Parts: sequence; C-alpha cells; structure tokens
Amino acid sequence: MSEKVLMKGNEALAEAAIMAGCKHYFGYPITPQTEVAAYMAKKMPKTEGGVFLQAESEIAAINMVIGVASTGKRVMTSSSSPGISLKSEGISYLAGCDLPALIINVQRGGPGLGGIQPSQSDYFQATKGGGHGDFHLLVLAPNSVQEMVDMVFKGFDLAEKYRMPAMILSDGTMGQMMEPVSLEKGVVNEYDKSWALTGTKGERKPNIVNSLYIAPEELEKLNFERYERYKKIEAEEALYEEYLMDDAEICIVAYGVASRVAKNAIDQARAEGIKVGMIRPITLWPFPKKVLSEAADKVNKFISVELSMGQMIEDIELAIRCKKEVLLCNRTGGMITTTEDVLNKIYEANGGKN
Amino acid sequence: MVVFEKPNALTENTLHYCPGCTHGIIHRLVAEALDELGVTGRTIGVASVGCSVFTYNYFNCDMVQAAHGRAPAVATGVKRSDANNIVFTYQGDGDLAAIGTAETVHSAARGENITVIFVNNAIYGMTGGQMAPTTLPGQKTQTSPYGRDVQTVGYPVKVCEMLSQVDGATYLERVAVNNVANVKKAKAAIKKAFQNQIEGKGFSLVEVLSTCPTNWGLAPEKALEWLEENMLPYYPLGVYKDKYAEEK
Repeated sequence: MSEKVLMKGNEALAEAAIMAGCKHYFGYPITPQTEVAAYMAKKMPKTEGGVFLQAESEIAAINMVIGVASTGKRVMTSSSSPGISLKSEGISYLAGCDLPALIINVQRGGPGLGGIQPSQSDYFQATKGGGHGDFHLLVLAPNSVQEMVDMVFKGFDLAEKYRMPAMILSDGTMGQMMEPVSLEKGVVNEYDKSWALTGTKGERKPNIVNSLYIAPEELEKLNFERYERYKKIEAEEALYEEYLMDDAEICIVAYGVASRVAKNAIDQARAEGIKVGMIRPITLWPFPKKVLSEAADKVNKFISVELSMGQMIEDIELAIRCKKEVLLCNRTGGMITTTEDVLNKIYEANGGKN
Repeated sequence: MVVFEKPNALTENTLHYCPGCTHGIIHRLVAEALDELGVTGRTIGVASVGCSVFTYNYFNCDMVQAAHGRAPAVATGVKRSDANNIVFTYQGDGDLAAIGTAETVHSAARGENITVIFVNNAIYGMTGGQMAPTTLPGQKTQTSPYGRDVQTVGYPVKVCEMLSQVDGATYLERVAVNNVANVKKAKAAIKKAFQNQIEGKGFSLVEVLSTCPTNWGLAPEKALEWLEENMLPYYPLGVYKDKYAEEK
C-alpha cells in the first residue's frame, strides 16, 4: 500500500485514469463532476501524448470518445445525470460497435434538470441500458474515494476484456468528499485489438467499426452473440461485499453512499442485539444475484436502502424471486437517508425493537 | 495500356445508389484524391447517416460509422488519437446542416485538422425525400408538399457562407458535379482539402452540389438541369475561404 494522500473523489478518479494509461479525455462542464474535467485540463497537457478537450456538448464528447475508442486507445468521459442522458445515444453506439470506454456518472437528483445534490436515481438508466436497443453496460458503484480510484482500473480492464463500455456510477458525495486514498496503480491487462482502426497501411483488409446491420438475421445473430458474452460476465464478474451476514436475519442491500449510512445503522442495531447484515453490490451490472438468492433462504426480510424512489429494489426482488419481503428505505431528490431512517426501517423489519 | 480503372481506394462492392445519383462520382473523386496523395493506408473515414451511410463498404480504408450528425465529433476523436491519421467525414445535408450543425460549426471553430466532404442535394434522400435544411424556397418535398414556405419554416442554410465567418476554418469551397468541367474542379477542391490536412493546415470542407433524381422526381439528365437552374443560383460555386491563400 502506497502512502495515503487526502483527495477529493473526482480528482482521485481523474488521477487514477491517467495512471491507468488513459490519454484521452473529453468532457463538458456540469455539477457535481466538473472537478474531473478541471483535473484533466491541468494534467493531460503535462502527460506525454495526453489530450484534454472540452467538447461543445455532452453529445459531442461521447462521440469523440467513440472516435478514440475505435482506434483502440483507452478513453474516458465524465458527466452528471442530465449530461449522461445526452450521452445515451453515444453509449448505445459504443455497445453496438463493441467498443470499450469508461464513462463516469457523478449522479445528482432528477428527473429533468433536477438538482445538484447527490442521488442514486440513475440506477435504471445505468443498469437497464441508458440508450436504445438490446445491450448492457458494466456498472461499478464505489462507496469510498479509494474505490473511486480502484474502479477506474477495474472499469478499463473489464471494458477492454469484454469490448463494451463500462460506467462508474458514483454520486455527488463520492465526487465531492475528501478522504485519505492510496494512489496505487491497479491492473489493466492488454487484450487483442486487431479490430482497431489504425490504417490498413496497405497490408490488410479495412477494419470497420459499425453498428448498422440492415439484414435482421445478421443483427439478431450479433445481439445473441453479445448476450452470450453478457452471460459469461454475469457468471464471472459480479462483485459484492458482505457485512455481518453470517447470522443475519435481516439483510440490507445498499450501494455507494447509502451503504455507508446503512453500515452505521447496522452497527447500532447489532449493539441492540438485532441480527442485521448487509450485502453491498459493487457491480450493479452484473448484479450479484447469486449471493442474494442464497441469502433469501437464510434471512427473514430484506431492506433496500437507496437514494431514489426505489429502483434497485426491483433487481433485489427479481434476484430472490420474491421469496422474502423487501422493504424500501429511501430518500430522493438530493436528500440523503440518515442512520436513524435506516434504523427505524430495521426495527420495522424486526417487528419492533428487541 | 490501361486508360481507365477503378481507384485502389474503392472496394469491389457495388454501390447501392439510385441510377443517376451523383454520389458515385463523388466517391470516385475522394478515392482518386486518396490514391494520388498516397495516403489510403493511413486514412480513416467516418461514415454518416443518410444515403451515404454505407460508405464504409465502399472506401478501401479503415472506416467508422457515426450517429446522425456526429461524424465531425467522431472524426475529432480519431484525429486526436493519432495526428498521423488522415481523417475524413462524408456527410449529406440533413446530417451535416440540421442534426449535426453544432458538431460541424465547432469542429470548424476548433480548426480540427480533418477533411469534410459535404454532399448537398437539397433533400433527405435515404428516408424518402423530406425537406432538408438546404431545400430551396418553394421546393416540393414529402414534408413540404406545397413547396417550402419560408414564412413558416424559414430559409435554407448556406453552409459555406456560414462557416466562412468561423475563424477556425481553413478552407471552404462549393463545387458541383453536373458537367465534366465542374467534376474536374470538384476533384481539385477535394484533393486540396486532403492536401491541407496532410500539411496540418486545419479544417477543410468541400460542399458538393449533387442530384437526387429519385426524390426530386426527375430523370437523371433533367435532374442535372434542375440543379443548374435552381441550385446554382441559390448556392453559388466558388472558394468561400482559403486561409493560406489570403496570407500569401
């Protein structure tokens, strides 16, 4: 573990991207992710071969990402909720073209212009597509500044391994808060990039990066193939953290900042003798279905703690096939659930205090 | 002795364009320019959305297919990835002058060192002949069945004139491919637009006035006449900006 430094989440994430060998960043100002762009603007020109470009729109930025990704190079863009909606067209094209890229969403409240305070209400958008067509994004959900760093390496690696876009689904708290962080270089493996547009040099047939298939049989075949890849990802890449689940009778499911609030509540409830634990999804897609399904045979109730009107709760219910009741503990619009909110929901699940 | 052959920069694929459409001529001119400049092997083309959506099947170089209007942004990424890449977009008027206006203006403003081939036939061809940003006043299309009424839908966008006010643009020329003399001029303009990029001179755009016999409802030779009588007066041919010529 290298020496720890005190850094803002957005800046630590940007530094990690440069460490991961990302030399191209395209962005557009929007709160609360602007520090990512500001950091890149400062650092990329000092990095050999580094390119920072402020695009005319989020739409242009994601299409610049497509341009670099098509040449096989590591590339990143970042935005916040309304900006991610604008990028959704390009995200669908990235998926349709089988291009790897890393997209950062530092979520704020919605819908519409919403607000600028932290939120988790883009869960559906991130995990169910976020653009048109049959596709998935790899979705990573950090709950600390350290994970903002670690997930950059993981995100690039998974994106390039499976040739698909990856998203770090962060939120305003993760982006804005400062925490001690170890800036240690993670692993991004090298994968075959013979598909990349590098110029034929007159030595090979042209490479084509494309998502248009006029013959429906052909498009269906490619979608089937893509979903075979997704199956493999669901089987092999789901990440989660368990907290005090061994003897748990109540299972909280929470990710990102909500998981930190939930942890405080769990500690208090445990002190009062209530057997409650947590499964924290680290990947939201693939969703850690297996561990939840297994937990459904052991616990009495689930609680989904999330900063939305209840989006992840649907995936929990699906994962456990509605075997047990799932309660919702939520705030939204930029409001954050308190420890007390979660504690009260634990009492409700427990049938009162012990 | 070979007197005429297909340029190496075109593939063997058969073009899908309608009879009498001038896309085929423009494809050939682009391919000839790439071959003559010896850059086909390091060229990456960006296909757009519209009739030219399938250009990735026709140019014998690496190609990426962009979303509607986004080709200049994709081209920006490809060029910024490696300055040695020769990067061009091939876009129609709906793609470039309506949905992609922002990408067009801002890639020009940034002085992106790319080449834009802009085919203007005053109509949306691929979707069956709707009113384009370039459709002439009074021109009948599927979505302006009584003729383009400028009082309600406004005026056509003159792209070369508009971009001539953008400081970042390097070279803007409007050409046509309606007769042999103009085809030769078009070829020279397209070649210059690529030569500029090779020399790192910045954003070059060649607007090529083209016909759409199918959606104009005219026989090919009548379509050429219509272009001469209607488009040429509204869209005068010529060089709208040549930054380096001005500095000489």
